[in-house]
Amino acid sequence: MKLTLKVWRQKNGKTPGEFKTYQADHVSPDMSFLEMLDVVNQDLILKGEEPIAFDHDCREGICGMCSLMINGVAHGPKQATTTCQLHMRSFNDGDTVTIEPWRAMPFPIIKDLVVDRSSFDRIIQAGGFISASTGSAPDANTIQVPKPDADKAMDAAACIGCGACVAACPNGSAMLFTAAKAAHLSFLPQGQAERHQRAVNMVMQQDLEGFGNCTNIGECSAVCPKEISMDTIARLNRDLIVATLKGLEPTVEPAAAKAS
Amino acid sequence: MSDTKNETTTRTGVRAVEFVKSLDAKAPGGPIEQRWDKHRFEMKLVNPANRRRYTVIVVGSGLAGGAAAATLGEQGYNVKCFCYQDSPRRAHSIAAQGGINAAKNYRNDGDSIFRLFYDTVKGGDFRARESNVYRLAQVSVNIIDQCVAQGVPFAREYGGYLDNRSFGGAQVSRTFYARGQTGQQLLLGAYQALSRQIAAGTVKMFPRTEMLDLVLVDGRARGIITRDMVTGKIERHVADAVVLATGGYGNVFYLSTNAKGCNTTAIWRAHRRGAFFGNPCFTQIHPTCIPVTGDHQSKLTLMSESLRNDGRIWVPRKKGDTRDPRQIPENERDYYLEERYPAFGNLVPRDVASRNAKQVCDEGRGVGPGGLGVYLDFADAIKRLGKQKIAERYGNLFDMYQQITGENPYEVPMRIYPAIHYTMGGLWVDYNLMSTIPGLFVAGEANFSDHGANRLGASALMQGLADGYFVLPYTVANFLAQVKPGGLSTDHAAFGEAEAEINDRVKRLLSINGKRTVDSFHRELGRILWDECGMARNDAGLRRALQRIPELREEFWQNVRVPGEGGELNQELEKAGRVADFLELGELLCIDALHRTESCGGHFREESQTEDGEAKRDDENFSYVAAWEYTGNLARPELHKEPLVFEYVKPSQRSYK
Repeated sequence: MKLTLKVWRQKNGKTPGEFKTYQADHVSPDMSFLEMLDVVNQDLILKGEEPIAFDHDCREGICGMCSLMINGVAHGPKQATTTCQLHMRSFNDGDTVTIEPWRAMPFPIIKDLVVDRSSFDRIIQAGGFISASTGSAPDANTIQVPKPDADKAMDAAACIGCGACVAACPNGSAMLFTAAKAAHLSFLPQGQAERHQRAVNMVMQQDLEGFGNCTNIGECSAVCPKEISMDTIARLNRDLIVATLKGLEPTVEPAAAKAS
Repeated sequence: MSDTKNETTTRTGVRAVEFVKSLDAKAPGGPIEQRWDKHRFEMKLVNPANRRRYTVIVVGSGLAGGAAAATLGEQGYNVKCFCYQDSPRRAHSIAAQGGINAAKNYRNDGDSIFRLFYDTVKGGDFRARESNVYRLAQVSVNIIDQCVAQGVPFAREYGGYLDNRSFGGAQVSRTFYARGQTGQQLLLGAYQALSRQIAAGTVKMFPRTEMLDLVLVDGRARGIITRDMVTGKIERHVADAVVLATGGYGNVFYLSTNAKGCNTTAIWRAHRRGAFFGNPCFTQIHPTCIPVTGDHQSKLTLMSESLRNDGRIWVPRKKGDTRDPRQIPENERDYYLEERYPAFGNLVPRDVASRNAKQVCDEGRGVGPGGLGVYLDFADAIKRLGKQKIAERYGNLFDMYQQITGENPYEVPMRIYPAIHYTMGGLWVDYNLMSTIPGLFVAGEANFSDHGANRLGASALMQGLADGYFVLPYTVANFLAQVKPGGLSTDHAAFGEAEAEINDRVKRLLSINGKRTVDSFHRELGRILWDECGMARNDAGLRRALQRIPELREEFWQNVRVPGEGGELNQELEKAGRVADFLELGELLCIDALHRTESCGGHFREESQTEDGEAKRDDENFSYVAAWEYTGNLARPELHKEPLVFEYVKPSQRSYK
């Protein structure tokens, strides 16, 4: 297959970027999308040009490091698939493919297609955990979890933190990410003690990072490689209402956001 | 460590003289079930008020590193944690699918701490230290408790209690799991505990930061040199103790199931600074991976070996048979595992399944592109159980296979081939997980570990968390209690020298401007190792590799092209540094494989096999850990031996007939 690639190139966060066009002439349908970029990069290096920088690691669809807007869709055309698991047989000979980084203010561009997603880490640090220090746990089977609850917790916990939800959302909202973590923990008996405070603290940091508000558009869930449901957002909103009725305020100092 | 210099002629003749020293494992004596308790009591403690005066560096944020950093932070130490990914949540522990073993005996089916210990020592082909393995089995039960408390969503039964399954041919059901994402969920548990400590200010996290060297002052590990992968800045970090939890070195083979960024740099730089490297030739091959499709292949994808519970493995009897597998009649198929191993059939251990696949492919009977594949056929299972049942059991794996290959495994047999998956070897550590450098601890896959010559399924996650949550917090504290905190600044000459070396190296890599890419060297190294030091090894092949690797290394430093600059995000520069280290480690791997003329576990020497082609151990000559010391000459490392004594599990020949 032969493809024409329009790729976003940007030296760093301070320099304006632009699209550059490259020809990919030896594309096998068995290649993954990232392997296709590897091959383009090998050619660029030998031609004395700088290769295209992009994030990736496990290449098995689980680490959440890869990203890319492919023809305007986060992680490309296949449903429930990360970019690293997208294969070139999803494209046709002669196609033009546009490749961009995640675009959202709280994900500043580092270089080319690489962005800074540390805002996600700070949301988790604000409260996305159960406070259970090592050594304090009772025997595992003293805590019973009804199977349907365990399954729902697992559905939400499958989030890989890739940021596709934010990139796809017209508002640049991180609600699906935050809600997935809140739901994972709130479906479990172990997560009840901190449930409402957790919601308040995580959302406080999320807002501070500059993510937009959720207006129930649903692009997030549509592009999510792990098919996290928007039900989690409704659940987080309910927890926030209860927290408001309880008069809960954030109990942690906000961490400094990188963007802005 | 006590040294006795024994001059002997090597068995292989690679070196003229072999220096034999005995390593002190500091494993306590007495009844094995009391050793860890006794040791814990005897270890020294640091007063809670004094803990914040001690700084501990933890490199790596996977199960071992993340758990250690979080726990040391909870205890009040001042922790600095480093990872090369953009977030600690992405460490490669995340990719483990199957599960985590623990001797809970919740199934009432005969499991016990002693049985898990026994299975691990035996499965490791009697090349692990008994005291360590027993401790691992003991703390396995605490790991499950801790993870449940953190909110790890393990699979449950309808009564709400934890579910278990049997894994990797184990006779008991001791594996806990969270769908096919157990590694991810355990890692998120550790990551969330770590995040809590970051917020509390006890842990400072350095993502997108790579450790490039270890700094020793007065023979003690006192810090590291890092590169900020975004700005390119080389930085110095000082500490009272350093923990390396940087994973395995499987990517030395280029193609492996490891994440692309996994590398050996941290442990290799520590090795060059004096940490001994234990059993580098013990590498594990996983039999059920998706085969290579072409030269563009960048990594291999593993599918859970649970597939072998229902899939039947076969190849055509005829060489070069390219018919559609469904058109090949039953009597022209060779179900070679079922024929050769009637008792275990398709469920023989990983190493046996892998070697047999290689053998039939070497005979020219492999299937798929390049003839490097065998069929894993579910047609009979679908006939017997129905498509729905198979979809329930393996649906996500079948989907993954179809996504990657474009073939529907419900209709056409899967094609599988073995791939490098795990490395049992790593830096040598004593019972306290301390390396031969005082103050340098090594945990998880990065140490030479508790798995001997072969790791059992669902035991990697167990070891990583055991080291991180329940071993290091005691043993690091014991070390710290015996040293004064601080008293050193990064202005010390040792930091300056190490930093200067790194700057020179970066400058040199950027200035070669040769004609070959970093990847092309990495691929070639991987090819050499896979051919000569992969599933089967022999004297002549290893000698060929030992000839070829130094030549390739030489060419690398003359002819590699690394574009861009040092003071920015430069992924080619990152790769170049890692490949330069792999080119050195590859040689040690082959030296170790050449010296160990026995077969054991994942190390199969063709010269050492039984009449029917199975691995033959040589306990009389090789019942030891080979710990290699860097001498400044890569071709001539010094061998030290830690003898292995088996008081509880009597070595026996593994048989799966």
